[in-house]
Amino acid sequence: MSEFWFFLEVLLSGLFAGTMYSLVALGFVLIFKASGVFNFAQGTMVLFAALCFVGFLEMGWPVAVAAIVTVGIMVAWAYSVERLVLRHLVNQAPIILFMATIGIAFFLEGFAEFIWGSDVHPLNVGIPNDAWFVGPEGEMMIQQFDLAAAIIAGLLVTVLALFFHYTRIGRALRAVADDHQAALSVGIPLNQIWVIVWSVAGFVALVAGIIWGSRLGVQFALSIIALKALPVLILGGFTSVPGAIVGGLIIGAGEKLAEIYGAPAIAELVSYMSGINNISLGGVEEWFAYVLAMFFLLFRPQGLFGERIIERV
Amino acid sequence: MSVATEATAPEAALLRVNNIEVIYDHVILVLRGVSLEVEKGGIVALLGANGAGKTTTLKAISNLLGTERGEVTKGSIEFEGVNVEASSPNALVKRGCIQVMEGRHCFEHLTVEENLLTGAFTRGGDRAGIQADLEMVYDYFPRLKDRRGSQAGYTSGGEQQMCAIGRALMSRPKMVLLDEPSMGLAPQLVEQIFEIVKKINEQEGVTILLAEQNTNIALKYARYGYILESGRVVMEGAADTLRNNEDVKEFYLGLGGEGRKSFRDVKQYRRRKRWLG
Ligand SMILES: Nc1ncnc2c1ncn2[C@@H]1O[C@H](COP(=O)(O)OP(=O)(O)OP(=O)(O)O)[C@@H](O)[C@H]1O
Ligand SMILES: [Mg+2]
Repeated sequence: MSEFWFFLEVLLSGLFAGTMYSLVALGFVLIFKASGVFNFAQGTMVLFAALCFVGFLEMGWPVAVAAIVTVGIMVAWAYSVERLVLRHLVNQAPIILFMATIGIAFFLEGFAEFIWGSDVHPLNVGIPNDAWFVGPEGEMMIQQFDLAAAIIAGLLVTVLALFFHYTRIGRALRAVADDHQAALSVGIPLNQIWVIVWSVAGFVALVAGIIWGSRLGVQFALSIIALKALPVLILGGFTSVPGAIVGGLIIGAGEKLAEIYGAPAIAELVSYMSGINNISLGGVEEWFAYVLAMFFLLFRPQGLFGERIIERV
Repeated sequence: MSVATEATAPEAALLRVNNIEVIYDHVILVLRGVSLEVEKGGIVALLGANGAGKTTTLKAISNLLGTERGEVTKGSIEFEGVNVEASSPNALVKRGCIQVMEGRHCFEHLTVEENLLTGAFTRGGDRAGIQADLEMVYDYFPRLKDRRGSQAGYTSGGEQQMCAIGRALMSRPKMVLLDEPSMGLAPQLVEQIFEIVKKINEQEGVTILLAEQNTNIALKYARYGYILESGRVVMEGAADTLRNNEDVKEFYLGLGGEGRKSFRDVKQYRRRKRWLG
């Protein structure tokens, strides 16, 4: 019985970690849908937002003020990207836009270092950090931090979903995602929509940055961790918001389970076949997501929820 | 000039296109001096075969050429006497000029009703007015009311055409640039849609500039027509006049004389050459 509880614990902690992947992936999906741009800079935006936030906190500002000012900075950032880059590249091939976002990413990373330095900043916004023990004899441990992070992520996603479905701007965003030309023709201004989308992506990046940063400290490695969103996107489909969420959860849970249960099984198999004893395998967590993504590319390239292309004959 | 003549001077045209030239990709010259005028309240047809430049003309008017790397390099376009050059598509829709694109271009993943609502984007938060207009559109197109909750991508071609027209109406336009509404639809349905367009024109006072390959039906509903060929206006006139013109009959209405299919008929060959050359 205690094994079952242990399994549940592993699964839950994986799912919680997955919500973080989902958040970063969500930022990618928003921008991809609305402007057809694969925004390589999304990870750097997570880092940049977190650095600004923690920097303001260290200057002694209250959490709320730091958060609001950081959101303001992300909006200004969105505006500059549209003004200085996107606007001039509208009808270019996707690969050119992609290259542009790589440039943006390196610029932003350098700019962040220039302003805030390259130290690791501990971050504490008061998310509880104790553990609960549940189960008949307290077999299962739940980190309150993980739970809180998952709830925050869930709330954010819900608010975004409502925004997209029930507001005028949200509807316009979905219209732009469906058909740029038609959106223009009914008078939806693409430039404004892009600013809004990049701002929302910046806000999502801030939330992800605060949560990741609270766990790991705000550091430059954050922009690398954010790359985990890539396999998530391949799993979920680049254009699907639910896909980003479910993809994140699957990868989060999958890599934890693979680490705990998969690794020993593989090790056993290898030692059985090679006759060498005591092989131990670690680090499955590091590559599991990418291998899973590769299988998806082979067998279901549109992802789990890749938007169905509606075709009428 | 006496005051009296000024007062009776004809009202300025709603739309005036002056000798425009359009170039795609900096090199492909597509319109070579197109001029036309549309008076307030009318239905005007822009006719011509594939590739004549009808769509390009409409996109030049609504300023949608930019996304296709097209550019108006000569001439001018005035809507209500004001040049459209500096206006974004968004501003033009606000000014009352909206395009219904060729091929409908509904937002596939939005429901029919959401599609209609996007048409009201430029009107901001005027909830009551928008709701009233939604009912108005449903009155004109009862089929859309039945399908209001369906994803537009899953509706029929005719319903999508209605949806695209309804969506444009939601912006409260003065003028609709309607590009090839008959495309790919059964004749009966085409007739039905044109009847509704005519009703909208009469009851809502919406002026319509209609691009059509289907000369027959277009001249039945329009008051005036322009015929485009290779980026030039080759003929214009009242719809009746055009309908009875021999050349139009022959090349656009498929009503040629008995010798029509004979390529040896030199006279006809010359005429064809003049038209298509
Ligand atoms: N984006 C573009 N880039 C380059 N050339 C273009 C572009 N769009 C249209 N053309 C060319 O311009 C010419 C006129 O095209 P246009 O679409 O205006 O014709 P049309 O009269 O609307 O034809 P149809 O009846 O087939 O819709 C064609 O020769 C076409 O090949
Ligand atoms: Mg056309």
